[in-house]
Amino acid sequence: MVDLNVKIGGAAGQGMQTIGSLLGKIFVRGGYHVFAIQDNMSRIRGGHNFIQLRIKKEPVMAMTGGVHFLVALDKETIEAHAGELMSTGLVIYDAEAIDFFSDKPNFLNVPLEKLAREKGGRQIYSNSVALGSILGLLEFGEEIMTRMIQQAFTRSKEVADANIRAARAGYEFARQNFAPRWSKRIKPEKDAHRMLLTGNDAICLGAVASGCKFMSAYPMSPSTAIITYLAGKNERIGIVTEQGEDEIAVINMALGASVAGVRSMVATSGGGFALMVETLSLLGVSEAPLVIVECQRPGPATGLPTRTEQADLHFVIHAGHGEFPRAVLAPGNAEQAFRATIKAFNLADRFQIPVFVLADQYLCESYFTCEPFNIDDIPFETSMLSNEELSKIKDYKRYLITEFGISPRAYPMQSKHLVVTDSHEHDESGHISEDAELRKLMVEKRLRKMDGILSQLSGPSLEDSGNASTVICGWGSTHGVIKEAVATLRAEGKDLSFMHFSELWPFPAAKTRETLQNINRLVVVENNATGQLARLVRQYTGRKEMEQVLKYTGRPFTLEELVDELRKVVPER
Amino acid sequence: MIQLSEKNMEYTISKTSWCPGCGNFGIISAIKRALEEMGKKPHEILLIGGIGQAAKLPHYLTGNVLNGLHGRTLPNATGAKVANGELTVIVTTGDGDCYGEGGNHLIHAIRRNVDITCIVHNNQVYGLTRGQASPTSDWGFVTRVQPHGAIASRFNALALVLAMGGTFAGRSFSGDQEHLSRMIQEAVRHNGFSLLEVLQPCVSFNHINTFAWYRERVYDVNAEENYNPGNRAMAFEKALQWGDRIPIGLIYKEEKPSFEEQIPVLRRGSLVKQPALGKDVLRSLIEEFI
Repeated sequence: MVDLNVKIGGAAGQGMQTIGSLLGKIFVRGGYHVFAIQDNMSRIRGGHNFIQLRIKKEPVMAMTGGVHFLVALDKETIEAHAGELMSTGLVIYDAEAIDFFSDKPNFLNVPLEKLAREKGGRQIYSNSVALGSILGLLEFGEEIMTRMIQQAFTRSKEVADANIRAARAGYEFARQNFAPRWSKRIKPEKDAHRMLLTGNDAICLGAVASGCKFMSAYPMSPSTAIITYLAGKNERIGIVTEQGEDEIAVINMALGASVAGVRSMVATSGGGFALMVETLSLLGVSEAPLVIVECQRPGPATGLPTRTEQADLHFVIHAGHGEFPRAVLAPGNAEQAFRATIKAFNLADRFQIPVFVLADQYLCESYFTCEPFNIDDIPFETSMLSNEELSKIKDYKRYLITEFGISPRAYPMQSKHLVVTDSHEHDESGHISEDAELRKLMVEKRLRKMDGILSQLSGPSLEDSGNASTVICGWGSTHGVIKEAVATLRAEGKDLSFMHFSELWPFPAAKTRETLQNINRLVVVENNATGQLARLVRQYTGRKEMEQVLKYTGRPFTLEELVDELRKVVPER
Repeated sequence: MIQLSEKNMEYTISKTSWCPGCGNFGIISAIKRALEEMGKKPHEILLIGGIGQAAKLPHYLTGNVLNGLHGRTLPNATGAKVANGELTVIVTTGDGDCYGEGGNHLIHAIRRNVDITCIVHNNQVYGLTRGQASPTSDWGFVTRVQPHGAIASRFNALALVLAMGGTFAGRSFSGDQEHLSRMIQEAVRHNGFSLLEVLQPCVSFNHINTFAWYRERVYDVNAEENYNPGNRAMAFEKALQWGDRIPIGLIYKEEKPSFEEQIPVLRRGSLVKQPALGKDVLRSLIEEFI
């Protein structure tokens, strides 16, 4: 069975992500599944960063401890991670470059920089030498490596060729000098046609698939990759992106674009969203649709800027002054992030509400292997009136009181009808009103939408249920690691099933109660300190008995760690 | 409740909540007149207001309206104009809304040069909250919150436009309908961000800067033979002038490409009218991850 971990560590700016994702793509093309996490310090240069890939023949969705190949682009990588090496684990390093030498047999001194200069012509190709040396030790095949490097550098044949020469040099050097130190050869299979992408990538594809036309953001980890991707492709995808002067400007621009008739989105993290909160309330009263991607990182305030946590769930559910409807979706992997983003646009547009895609650093920046997204039947739901529908209306009222609370939506200059959007309480035409009875009707009209929204949400999913009386439950990004931990324990004979929430607000109370009906033991796993999902379950289902596994170090759960924690709380069958 | 005219084809001014004699009446009349003279139809106009007495103006004039939050109108206007370039976007805001709460957005709206018109009703005082100092209150202006007089120096928006590389800085006076309506037309016609500050007395909370006070001091710079609104240094000198003599008129104007004109996607037409993306594009994006 192949289950390999490759860790590439170095200082910020040494290109670990580029080489890591390329290596991942090579394995994926060769028929393997890859899951990768990124671990960065909040610095531009220096510090210690790594990307870790797990490579497996079967679908993989969590990180395990234990490293088979440690690529040390700096000395600190060895100091920090040599202890994680498996008994057969190898270190690939360039003694001259990092001023470190070890004569232990598992330390492979590969002259990365020298080979890069000799074969590629420039030292910057040393990462490709390192990539080649891992593949050389595995004898994974130069042909597929060459092809994937070519594909990665289509913009310049010269750069592609230099990288290929450098990678081949690493491949040959490792194979000739160190082949006996690694016993297990892995061969690529028939070309596989799968995607390797991050949660942020998937959110971007979801926005494009939804017909998003305006996206604004203020740079903030771990959400910045979203505007970066969309800005880089703006002409191809027809999306205007704008970097606001602050998050308040960001969300108000997006609101302006939304009112003017286009699908709009913002992306930020908790601190940025904190600045947007007053406008969240404006979205509520003005009934302007907007998708808000909130990529959580550990707070309070600056917290751990580049790390992960699931601590903003209650914040996004309760943010904003006044009472108004919203929806919160919390996808668990790349495929779910793509679908959730599409659903977020549809819910926003149909119910004229703000909708959150609640992600976190772990989801946003981890790489997932998945089948190419099926785009045959992407739903498109809107409450925007067509020109024809609008032409039949005699006296248009933006906030017409209706049975389900959804008013006819039009945009300025769509017709001769005037569209009046207001932050005050207003009458049906949109103008300021302080009338007590009208106020009551308007509050009720807006809140009536909650039932409709709730009807569109699925409850928690229950997988591998069988007749298990113990359920391990999580939400959002912990999907993969809980699923794999449950599978591991089931294989040991434990009687478990896995429950996951990817749609959290309005809280699907009835569906949750129903799912939990015959469950004796409920264990809630969360990447926070206070058990925010557990509190929601308690509050909305009345269930008090539950156990919790919480991690709030700013790091995601590893598979072994979660399995160990669960063993403590889960009885033998 | 405010009733609008049943006919959306013409401009009407509905009942307001302004004090009798308020300088805002002169501004709303001048906007109406300017838009009528320019032949703009109400459905082609998006009036954007924030919070404050000036910011309520959109509710009182026929047109599309976006009434948002205190200080946040310029980002709203930026988003709306980017989404639909065919709209004539006019922001009506006050010295507190635009220069105080929204100061950061003003700086960056000037820098972006989005084709919107920003009419700042400057009465040098907070009206809606009943008489506190505003960013434009003169030094020493005594209120119940500034009992020893305003300490901070006066916010100079015209100088800010010039300093930030803005393309249109104008000033007018709500007591001069003819001049104000002409200036509004100039500002709306300008391709880019136009800031038009309108001196406007608050009859309830500012008993110093009254109609008479302004009338004694204002003079039209454009009536001066040698004044060139294309000369930035000359304009800066006028922007700094305040006190016994206060310049009004077109202080500065420069032709530069607007924000929208520099966005490649918008060269294909208004975002709101651009057709949905073909599946082939999405498919090719997915392919890049394989």
